[in-house]
Order: sequence, then structure tokens, then C-alpha cells
Amino acid sequence: MVREKKAKARKKVSYSKWGYIFLIPFFATYLVFSFIPLVTTFYNSMFENYRSGLTQIGPNFVGFENYISIFQSDLLKYLGNTVILWIIGFIPQIFFSLILAVWFADFRMKLRGSTFFKTIIYLPNVIMAASFAMLFFALFSDDGPMNNLLIRMGLIDSPIRYLTTVWGTRGLVGFMNFMMWFGNTTILLMAAILGVDSALFEAAAIDGAKSLQIFTKITMPTIKPIFIYVLITSLIGGLQMFDVPQVLTNGKGTPDRTSMTLIMFLNNHLYSKNYGMAGALSVILFIMTAALSLVVFFILTGSGKEKGGSR
Amino acid sequence: MGKVKSLKKAAAYIVLTLLSFLCLFFFYCLIINATRSHPEIAKGFSFLPGKSFGPNLYNVLHNKNLPVVSGIINSLFIASASAALSVYVSALTAYAIHAYEFKFRNAVYLFIILIMMIPTQVTTLGFLSLIGKMGLMDSFVPLILPSMAAPVVFYFMVSYFQSNLPLEIVESARIDGSNEFFTFNYIVIPIVKPALAVQGIFAFVASWNNYFVPSLVLKSNTKKTLPILIAQLRSADFLKFDMGQVYMLITIAIVPVAIIYLCLSKFIIGGVTAGSVKG
Repeated sequence: MVREKKAKARKKVSYSKWGYIFLIPFFATYLVFSFIPLVTTFYNSMFENYRSGLTQIGPNFVGFENYISIFQSDLLKYLGNTVILWIIGFIPQIFFSLILAVWFADFRMKLRGSTFFKTIIYLPNVIMAASFAMLFFALFSDDGPMNNLLIRMGLIDSPIRYLTTVWGTRGLVGFMNFMMWFGNTTILLMAAILGVDSALFEAAAIDGAKSLQIFTKITMPTIKPIFIYVLITSLIGGLQMFDVPQVLTNGKGTPDRTSMTLIMFLNNHLYSKNYGMAGALSVILFIMTAALSLVVFFILTGSGKEKGGSR
Repeated sequence: MGKVKSLKKAAAYIVLTLLSFLCLFFFYCLIINATRSHPEIAKGFSFLPGKSFGPNLYNVLHNKNLPVVSGIINSLFIASASAALSVYVSALTAYAIHAYEFKFRNAVYLFIILIMMIPTQVTTLGFLSLIGKMGLMDSFVPLILPSMAAPVVFYFMVSYFQSNLPLEIVESARIDGSNEFFTFNYIVIPIVKPALAVQGIFAFVASWNNYFVPSLVLKSNTKKTLPILIAQLRSADFLKFDMGQVYMLITIAIVPVAIIYLCLSKFIIGGVTAGSVKG
């Protein structure tokens, strides 16, 4: 008995070494390209460091002054813009993705051409966001094809100037985000549903369960991990929104900075080498993303016990 | 019961057709306009293609202000290299967590889940000053190497291993005398190939789409990637530009990826659940 235990222990030790070895590439990369930059970003946020014309001001230690001045600028307005733009895209995205994923995975529906449909709806996701925004800018410009079509169909008399109105611009950004991400989300959710043992669905169907019951009692509980993944990544992605509004509005967040997102704001500071303000904004973004994601993570996992989160 | 089912099926087809139409319509407009000359486009929209595909392509590839050819090569190289590295290293990391018992396993798992929440944008300031000190500004290295640590791929792969990779397979490979690294490369990787393909596409697309960091890292014209060129086109005086070339450049940015996607989509969509051990 004792000898067996010893043998087992020795075996574990010899294999656990490989566990550590396999972690090295990931952690070395993370340390150099993410962790050190994170620390220096925090460090930079405490210094006054910018260019005024040709003269370099600082770096001088100023404590939390950068944080005070960034809150006095338009930070909250840009936060609001970012959240609004994300919501406009996310609501239709999760709605259609869940429906389509259930349909595609439903063995009783036997949809024809589902491979074709899946291929098509995922297509917008492989499109470069910057080029997609440029395409929409061209198509929805004042004398662009969309206005041209609508006038010829007799639906409008004069061109709609989408990009000069607040909700026209925001609507276009949200719509593009929806189109780019709903296929991706559908396929992730569908893969999760298909990963469920099909005997469960068959048994439920034999017992006379309705589609909605199967969805709420079997599908949703079993795909919960992937659903959390989708929600978290979309949330993080939403706060990182940059390419589409940046290219669509040429970095200006027009009209009147109502489509200026937080990362566009950060980009402006990085570009003008205002490192103190950029640092403070980065730290605020870091705290916000971390806090929001933790909340979502814990709400949806209940207590986070499932994956040994007790530590 | 049968009626309800067929109604539901009809609704599904209508929704799918409408959504597919929506996805294809804008790209149809794009392709059509890429085949028309600037005056034709200015006259109004048409549903039929024009004859200027060749001239538009030639003009945009030989545009003196936009290095389009090098842009295509740069984008392809950076995206393929980072996708391959990201998927392989992150799967290896996930495998370490899944297959081995070691002291800090749980802590490492939770740590990676926590850093998954940190967007690259919030560390960009420090990242830029670091690569400046390393002399890597205006180089591809800082756009490729960091993708090795991809927490999102790791997270997905851990869940995938948990439901698709019984440890008995690893055990039996050990009994057969396979070393740990060989087991991962030749036994584990083939089993999880479908998941790797899906994550590989996501990683490729993410890198191909990436505009924020490359636009701050790449300075010289010949090193710029396609998104940077597109944004440059947007900031140029738009109305003075040849619209045929604008649509053609957008087409160029879309087509290579669309082709790669279409080649792999069968494998991915058909093989997502084709894990080798089931039930």
C-alpha cells in the first residue's frame, strides 16, 4: 500500500513537470508583451508627460492629477456613446444568434441548406472592420448608392444624410457590429448545443417536451459556459469599439462627437503623445472592463464553484 | 403537431433567407461598383456589373500614394503567423491545465481567465514605449509574437478538452511509450483539430482586421497593412478620389480572407463537433 502510494506520488511529480514546461511559452509572452506594458501604463498615468508644440513637458510626477483632469474632460460622454453603440448592435445579435443556433442544431427540423446559410451569415465576420466601415461610408454617402436606390424606388424625395444625424451614425455603427458578429455568435452557440449529448434531446422529445421547454431546461443550462464566453467577449469587444466608428467618421466621432468611443479618445491621446492622459484613461478602462467582466462572470456562474473557483 | 412544425420550418426559412440577403446585398453592391468606372458610379447605382474591373484593379495596384501590393503581402504574413502561433501555444497551455496535476494548476487557470478580461488597448501605451526601447518600432515582430498568449483561445480550448479529450487517451499513449510532447503533437492535436480550425480562423480574422495597434506601430509606407491603407483612403479628400479605385481596394481587403474562409468553412462548420471520441 505504502509503496504504491509512493510510486503514484513519484509518477505525479514527474508528469507535473511537463505541465509547467508547457506553460512557459504562454507566460513568457504574457510577461513581456502584456504584464510589463500594463505596469508601465499604470506608472505613466502618474506623470505629467506631453508635447506642447515643439517643447516636451515632463515627465513630472503629479500623482492623481491626470485622473482628475480626464474626468473633467468628456470621458463620461464617450463612455455613454460606447455603451449605446454596443447595445444597438448586441441586442439583435444575441436574439438572432440564439434562435438560429437552436434551429441549426435541432435534429427534428432537418433544415435544408443549413451549411449554405451558416457559411453566408458568418461571412461578414471575416470582413475587415475598417474596410466594412469604408464600404458603408461610400454606400450611405449623400449621393451614394443607397440614397440613389431609395429615390428611384420612390421611397424618399431627397437624399438622407445619414452621417450628419446622431442616430443615423449610431444606427449604422450598431448595424455593422450586428452584421459582423451574429454569424460568429451563432456558430459558437450552435457548436455548444451540438456538443450536448443528443440522447438528452431525443429523450425529451419522446417524453413530449415542447421546443421552448427543451430550450430552457436542456439547451440553456448545458451551453451556459459558451454563452458566458459569448457575453463576456462581446462586452469586452464593445468597450474596445474603435475601427468602425473611427473609419466611418474619420476619427472625429461626428456629429459633435456623439459617436466618439473611449478607444477613439485613447487613440487621440496616444497619437498626440499625451502619455499622462493616455495612461490615466487606460487605467480607467482597465478597471471598468475588469469590474464589469467580473460581475457578468459571477452572476452567470452562480458562485463560480463549478470550475474550482473557490480559491 | 405536424402543422406547427411546418409553420416553424417556414418561419425559419424566411428569417434565414432575409438575413442571408442582408449579408450578401452590401457585398453585391461592392463587387458591382468595383467593376464600374468613376463616371458610371457617379451617374447612379446599377444592378449590373460594368466593364472596368481590369482598369480599376490596375489603377489601384499602381496607385502612387497607396502601396497596395505590399499592404496585401504584409497583412497576409502577419495574420497567418499570428494565427498559427496563437492557436498552437494557447492549445498547449490549455492542455497543460487539462492533462496535468500540479500545485498551481487552479491558480494558473483562474489567472488566465482573469487576464482574459484585459483588452490589449489598455496596455498599448506601455506596449509602445517597451517596443520603442527594444528597437522594434515599425517592425512586424510586435504584431506577431504577442499573439502566443491568447487567453480567449485558451479558455475555449480548456472547455473543449474537458468535453472532448478523455484522459484515458493520454494514459494509453503513455503506456505505449509516447513522450509528453509527442503525445500532444500527434495524438491530442488531431483529436481537437476542429476546435483548432475554428479558433485559427478567429485568430486570423482578428489579426487581419486589426487596425488599432498596427496603425500605432507601423510607420513606413511599405510596412503598412491593409486596414491602415483603407483608413488613409478615408482621411484623404474622399470626393476627389476615383470611386472605382475605392471600391476596388475594399474588394481587395475582403476577397483573400473570403477565399480562405470559404475553403476552410466546410471543414469548420462540418467538423465542429467531430471530436474523435464520443459517447
